[in-house]
Amino acid sequence: MSAPDLHVEDVPRPLAGVGSLADRVFRGVSRGVGVFVLVVFGAIGLFLAYQALPTLSRYGTSFFTESDWSPELDKVGMSAVLVGTFVVGLIAMFVAFPLSLAAALYITEFAPNGIRKTLVAMVDLMAAVPSIIYGLWGFWLLQPQLVPIAHWLHQHFGFIPIFEAATDPDAPAYAQSVYTGSAFVAGLVVAMMVIPITCAVMRDVFAQAPVGEREAALALGATRWGMIRTVVLPFGRGGIVGGTMLGLGRALGETVAVLLIISVAFDVKIRILENGTITVSSLIANRFGEATAAQLSALLTAGFVLFVITVIVNTIAAIIVSRSRSGAATEI
Amino acid sequence: MSTAPTQEMYIQPPPPLPRHASLATLEARAISAWFGERKVLDRVSLTMKPGQVTALIGPSGCGKSTFLRILNRMHELVPSAQLAGEVRLDGVDIYDTGRRLTEARRQIGMVFQKPNPFPTMSIYDNVVAGLKLTGTKVRRSEKDALVEECLIKAGLWREVSDRLRSPGGALSGGQQQRLCIARSLAVRPRVLLMDEPCSALDPTSTRVIEQTIAELAHEVTIVIVTHNMQQANRVSQQCAFFLAEHGTPGAIVESGDTQQMFEAPRDPRTSDYVNGRFG
Repeated sequence: MSAPDLHVEDVPRPLAGVGSLADRVFRGVSRGVGVFVLVVFGAIGLFLAYQALPTLSRYGTSFFTESDWSPELDKVGMSAVLVGTFVVGLIAMFVAFPLSLAAALYITEFAPNGIRKTLVAMVDLMAAVPSIIYGLWGFWLLQPQLVPIAHWLHQHFGFIPIFEAATDPDAPAYAQSVYTGSAFVAGLVVAMMVIPITCAVMRDVFAQAPVGEREAALALGATRWGMIRTVVLPFGRGGIVGGTMLGLGRALGETVAVLLIISVAFDVKIRILENGTITVSSLIANRFGEATAAQLSALLTAGFVLFVITVIVNTIAAIIVSRSRSGAATEI
Repeated sequence: MSTAPTQEMYIQPPPPLPRHASLATLEARAISAWFGERKVLDRVSLTMKPGQVTALIGPSGCGKSTFLRILNRMHELVPSAQLAGEVRLDGVDIYDTGRRLTEARRQIGMVFQKPNPFPTMSIYDNVVAGLKLTGTKVRRSEKDALVEECLIKAGLWREVSDRLRSPGGALSGGQQQRLCIARSLAVRPRVLLMDEPCSALDPTSTRVIEQTIAELAHEVTIVIVTHNMQQANRVSQQCAFFLAEHGTPGAIVESGDTQQMFEAPRDPRTSDYVNGRFG
């Protein structure tokens, strides 16, 4: 080894050149668009926060503890609305999670090549159906079918608080209307709407499970299901969690379909089968048209709260996906 | 478990699977293979003798990897793949419709070109992964002994014995490949197939794996695909030269004793290939 030449300056040299005009234009435009998206996003948040200020300072913490929403009585609060939002969202995810997982596994692992593309297209098409159509479908077709199911759940699992309802389940002619317009029906309809996105994220990560590891498991004598359990599911864990959270984010904001189905009731309750609930977005849609200036501010505050919640849920989802092994190459 | 494993339990673990199953003969009879419409192998027959290392050599695209993957039913994972012929393990056709696919793969293990340990699983769990996957129930103390035995056989024990709980993906490429060998051995296969196991490794790791192969040959029949003539010469006793000429499907030009094939090949094409004149 020879001694270093002490006369040479030993500092890292700059490597970035000027770059061609096309490169610089492209970089400038894409940077501009990227910044623009952030600005719009930030502006929405700031606008909502600014509009929320009068309401928040007027009602203080009671805005989050009061359940009623009666601006005319000067009683405005979000506790019932927030509970309703999460109840509907959780019911939706409770149904959508297993269905999405099963659909994604079938599509990536079991479906013959010929029908795989068709299945992918069908699931994606579910996302293209307008929200209002889901609402109509849920109201006219699904709800009448769900009433007997809700009744059955009440009859057999009524001892669990969430399956209670304000009627006698064993009465010979039970009150059907008690089981309509409930969080249960709304949640099921929302589930149909979040399946495409949840399923797409899961499908994406399952398809990326390394062929080498799949073959390793199979070559050891694993069954297909054993291989999926050992390789595909652990690899896709981030996508499973992230996709579900992403679906939840969407479920929390779902508006029109929910509004069409539920009977509006401002009660803090977890009785999912019982008539009457409310969510943030359906509250806003419901009251927006007839709102006075002060009421509008209250609705915008509700919107701000929903905005913050969905941003948090989606951010957590994105972090989980990007931290997982499969996430580096996954876009959500 | 309530009692700590005693020394005795390590010395003589009750075998979960036959500890030294008798050496098996693997016999391929008239194997043809297709990918879609393209035929890649044409009626290839080869007997892989028990307790010996058989090397499959030949230029790229001659069908030797396909042939190897047919030997443990990995070929059919490709959707358009088809095959004809029989693969007999001690006289029993592994493609017989009455036999279970998973059983064939368990008895005929495989080590792949690219090391493919389960990267987030610990070294220990990697070795015993096959037991879990095949539903083999083993007591904890036996498992410990099995892990040690397989890692020793794969020539990896000394390097990892103090960190069996660290993830398999953190090992170097050569160590990963030896971990894969240990993992294959843990289900006690009767035949071990190796698809260019050293092509992604540096010369030092290659030498270690070649030593491992030499030691394993006494207890398991080994079939190895290699592009490296010297390696085939060093590790194998039997050799088969595959060739696919001018777009025809692959076939065996010559097979037999390795030494004889390298020193006095019968076919001029074999001579050209082993002397590096093409391929």
